[in-house]
Amino acid sequence: MKLLSTKATCNSHGQDSSYFLGWEEYEKNPYDDVHNPKGIIQMGLAENQLSFDLLESWLAKNPDASGFKQGGKSIFRELALFQDYHGLPSFKQALVDFMAEIRGNRVSFDPNHIVLTAGSTSANETLMFCLAEKGEAFLLPTPYYPGFDRDLKWRTGVEIVPIQCNSSNNFQITEQALQQAYKDAQERNLKVKGVMVTNPSNPLGTTMSRSELNLLVDFIEENKDMHLISDEIYSGTVFSSPNFISVMEILKERNDLQDFKQTDNICERVHVVYSLSKDLGLPGFRVGALYSENDEVVAAATKMSSFGLISSQTQYLLSSMLGDKKFTKNYLAENLKRLKKRHGKLVSGLQKAGINCLESNAALFCWVDMRHLLPSNTFEAEMDLWKKIVYQVGLNISPGSSCHCNEPGWFRVCFANMSEETLKQAMKRLKAFVVESTGNVNSVTSRSTLQKTKSVLTKWVFRLSSRDHRDHQEER
Amino acid sequence: MKLLSTKATCNSHGQDSSYFLGWEEYEKNPYDVVQNPKGIIQMGLAENQLSFDLLESWLAKNPDVAGFKRDGKSIFRELALFQDYHGLPSFKKALVDFMAEIRGNKITFDPNHIVLTAGATSANETLMFCLAEQGEAFLLPTPYYPGFDRDLKWRTGVEIVPIQCTSSNNFQITESALQQAHEEAKKKNLRVKGVLVTNPSNPLGTTMSKSELNLLIDFIKDKDMHLISDEIYSGTVFTSPNFVSVMEILKERNDLKDFDANVSERVHIVYSLSKDLGLPGFRVGAIYSENDMVVAAATKMSSFGLVSSQTQYLLSAMLGDKKFTRNYISENQKRLKKRQGMLVLGLQKAGISCLKTNNAGLFCWVDMRNLLSSNTFEAEMELWKKILYNVKLNISPGASCHCTEPGWFRVCFANMSEDTLNLAMKRLKDFVANNNGEECSSNKRTRSTQASRSFSRKSLSNWVFRLSSRDRHEQEER
Repeated sequence: MKLLSTKATCNSHGQDSSYFLGWEEYEKNPYDDVHNPKGIIQMGLAENQLSFDLLESWLAKNPDASGFKQGGKSIFRELALFQDYHGLPSFKQALVDFMAEIRGNRVSFDPNHIVLTAGSTSANETLMFCLAEKGEAFLLPTPYYPGFDRDLKWRTGVEIVPIQCNSSNNFQITEQALQQAYKDAQERNLKVKGVMVTNPSNPLGTTMSRSELNLLVDFIEENKDMHLISDEIYSGTVFSSPNFISVMEILKERNDLQDFKQTDNICERVHVVYSLSKDLGLPGFRVGALYSENDEVVAAATKMSSFGLISSQTQYLLSSMLGDKKFTKNYLAENLKRLKKRHGKLVSGLQKAGINCLESNAALFCWVDMRHLLPSNTFEAEMDLWKKIVYQVGLNISPGSSCHCNEPGWFRVCFANMSEETLKQAMKRLKAFVVESTGNVNSVTSRSTLQKTKSVLTKWVFRLSSRDHRDHQEER
Repeated sequence: MKLLSTKATCNSHGQDSSYFLGWEEYEKNPYDVVQNPKGIIQMGLAENQLSFDLLESWLAKNPDVAGFKRDGKSIFRELALFQDYHGLPSFKKALVDFMAEIRGNKITFDPNHIVLTAGATSANETLMFCLAEQGEAFLLPTPYYPGFDRDLKWRTGVEIVPIQCTSSNNFQITESALQQAHEEAKKKNLRVKGVLVTNPSNPLGTTMSKSELNLLIDFIKDKDMHLISDEIYSGTVFTSPNFVSVMEILKERNDLKDFDANVSERVHIVYSLSKDLGLPGFRVGAIYSENDMVVAAATKMSSFGLVSSQTQYLLSAMLGDKKFTRNYISENQKRLKKRQGMLVLGLQKAGISCLKTNNAGLFCWVDMRNLLSSNTFEAEMELWKKILYNVKLNISPGASCHCTEPGWFRVCFANMSEDTLNLAMKRLKDFVANNNGEECSSNKRTRSTQASRSFSRKSLSNWVFRLSSRDRHEQEER
C-alpha cells in the first residue's frame, strides 16, 4: 500500500522548471547595489513595491488599527475570538467599497455576497471545488499565470484546457479560439464547466476589451451550464487607457439594456476574484475574496473558507485602512501614477535595447517580444535565450513557455518590485547584451550549443524531481 | 448538467443539526448579565477566555510588535511582502520552542519539520490530502469533535470509520475496538491509511495513557499505517496525569531500541494556538512531521491557507519571550483547573457527575444518563432540548460527537465569567430538582414523555429543513 496519496507524490503537474531554476540562481546570487552589484536582478516577481510609503504613513497616523484598538478602547479579546467564516462585517464593507471605487463606482458590490479567503490562491481553488470536479474542465486563455496549474487543478482534479491566443491580434480572445478550445475539451472527454480569465491579464498586462468581455458573456449565455470566473486581482493597477471594465459592468449594461431573457440566470454564473496582494502590495497578509451573486456558491464557498480564513488581526487593520475613503482615493490615484511612470521607464529602456513589448496599460510587468533574438522559432531557442539572460545578463525574467504561450520568444518582465536605479541597471545590461548578440547574429546556433541546451534541460528536470526548496514565492 | 459540483451541493455530511439549532437559539436569545439575565448561556463553545489579560499585558509592554517594528525599526515592507510558504523562520522557531515547553522539554521539535497553516482545521485537511484519498479511511476513536466530519472528509473524499469507545473503561481505546474498527472498514471496502486521535481528547477532556499510545504505535507499526495526533489541547492539561505526547513515546521506544525507523515517518502531529492561547481568530495552526515527503507536500499545500505575516510576526515575538511563555503556560493551567473545579462542583450539587478522568481541555464530559427517560438517543435529544429551552443552557449532546452511548454531554467552562458559570449551575440544579419531582408521578411522566417525543420528532423535521435551507453562524466549535 503506498504511503502517501497520489496528490502528495505527483509533484510537478508539468510545471516548467525554468521558474524554479531562475529563482534558485537568483537566491544564490541576488543583486545588491552595494554588496553584490554584479548579482542577478529579480524581474520575475510580480510584486508592487512602489507605494509602501503611503501605507506606512497611514499606519503612523493610525496606530490604533494595528494596536487592536477601536475608538481608544482595546478590542483585542473580540478580535482574538473572532473566527466567524462570514468575515468581519466592517472589513467586508470596506473591501466592497474599495472594489467599487476601483471600478469608478460604476458598479457596487453587496458585502453579503463576498467570501473572504487567505489570498486569491485560496479563492481560486475554492471556486473550482464549488463549480467543478474530476472529469471537468475550465477554459483559460493563454498565456496564463503558471500558478493556475497548481491552484485550479492539483487537489480539485479539475482540468485546464487552453484557449490559444496569439500575437496576431495582441493575444485577444477570439470566438474561433473559444470554440476550438471547447472542441479540444470534448476530444479529451472533458465536460466544460466554464471559462476563467484574468482581467487585467497576467502576464500580458492588458485590460480586456468590451468586445472580448461581451464575447465571453455571450458564450456562457449560450451554454447555460457554464460559469465565467474573472480574476480581477490587478484591477487597481490600470494606469492608462483604456479604462478597466469589469465583467460586472458588462452584466449591468446588458441588464439595463434588457438584453437578458427573463429566465436567464447569467448573473448567477459570473464570479469575481479579488485580492490585496497586487493593488496594495500586501501578499504577506493573505487577503483574498470571491464575489458571486449565486447564493449557493456563496454558501458553499463560505463553509470552505474555513480552510483558509483571514487572520482577524489583519481583517481589522484593513477594515480601518480601507474604511478611510480619503486615504483610498489618494492611494489609488498615486499608486497608478507611479506604476505608469515606472512602466514607461521599462518600455523606453527596452526600446533603447531594440526590444519591443506588447502595448500594455495595467499590472506590474510587460509582455516583452524577444522573438527577433531567437536563432530559431522554437521553444528550445527560447530556453536558450532565457538561460543566457539569467546567467550572462544576470536578469531573472519569466519565459513565455512557463505561461503556456504558444509562440516562442515572449517574456514577462516585472518593473514594480525594484528601485528605479536597479531598473536602469537592468536595462543597461540588457542593452549591452543585445548589442553583443546582434553583433554575433551571424554565428549560427551550432549543434554543440543545442546539445548543451539538452543536457542542461535534463539536469533541471532531475533537480526538480529530486528536491524542491525554492519554489516558495507566489510568482504571479 | 448540474451547475455546481457535488461537493458544493452535498451540504451536511450527516452532521448533527442540534449543533446549529442550539447556536441559533443562543443567537436569538443570548445571556447577558445586565441586558438579558434570562437568556441562553453558551456552554457549547470550546474557547479559552481565561487568560486574555496575560496576553494584553504582554502586548502593552511590547507595543512595537503590533506596530510592525523590530528594534525600533519598521519592518512593515518586509512583512507585507513575506509570503514564503516555508513560514517566518523566527516564528517557526518560537513555535517549536513553545511546543517543547508544553511537553516539559522532554522532547524537541525541528523547525524545518513544521508546516504552518491557517488553523488546525487547515492542517487536518491538508494531512488528509497528503496521506489518503477516495476509497480510503482513517480510524477515529469516538466520541470525537464533530468538525472532523467536514475537515477530514468533505473535499478530500476520505472516510472516517469510528473506533467505538465506551464508558466502561472511561472511553479509552482498546485493542479489540481498534481491530473491530479495522474489520468494519474492510467490510465497507475501505483501505485504512491510519488512525487519528485528539490528545488531549475533545470532547472527553482527558489525556491519553501511555498504554493507549503504545497500543496505537503497535497497531500502526503492524499495519504500516499513519498515526496523526491532534495535540491542539496539549497546553490545557491542568492536573495529573501529565500530558504524554506521542512524540515522547516514540523517543522512549527509540531509546529502548524498540524502534522501527519507519514508524517516526508515519507519525504526525497537529497543533494550533486557538485553545492554549485563546486565539482562534488569528488562524494559527501547524503540522509537524519527520517525514520529508509529507513536509514537502504539505508545505506546498499550505499555499491555500497561509498564516498572515502580520500575525506570524506578532506571535514570533510573543512566543519568543520565554519568560512570558513559562509564566503564561502555568498561570493558564492554574486558572483552567480552578474553573473546571467550579463546574464539577456545581454539577455535583445538581446530582450530576462527569468523567472522573477529566484533566485537560476546556470542557467536561458530563454524565446525564440518569436524567434520560430511556436509554436512547431520542431521549438524549429530548433532554438536550429541555436544557436548551427550559434551563437555557446551550451544551453539546454526545450524539453530535458520535458517542455510542446516549446521555453524555460536553459542557464548556472556559468561555464565560465565574458568575455566569455559577448561574448556569444554579439553573441546572433547579432543573434536576424539578425533574426528580416529576419522576415521582409516573402518569405525568408518561404523558410528558409522549408529548415531548412527538414534539421532538416534529422539531427534528424542522431542524433538518432549516439546516438545508439556510446555514447560519457556524462557528468553529471545537
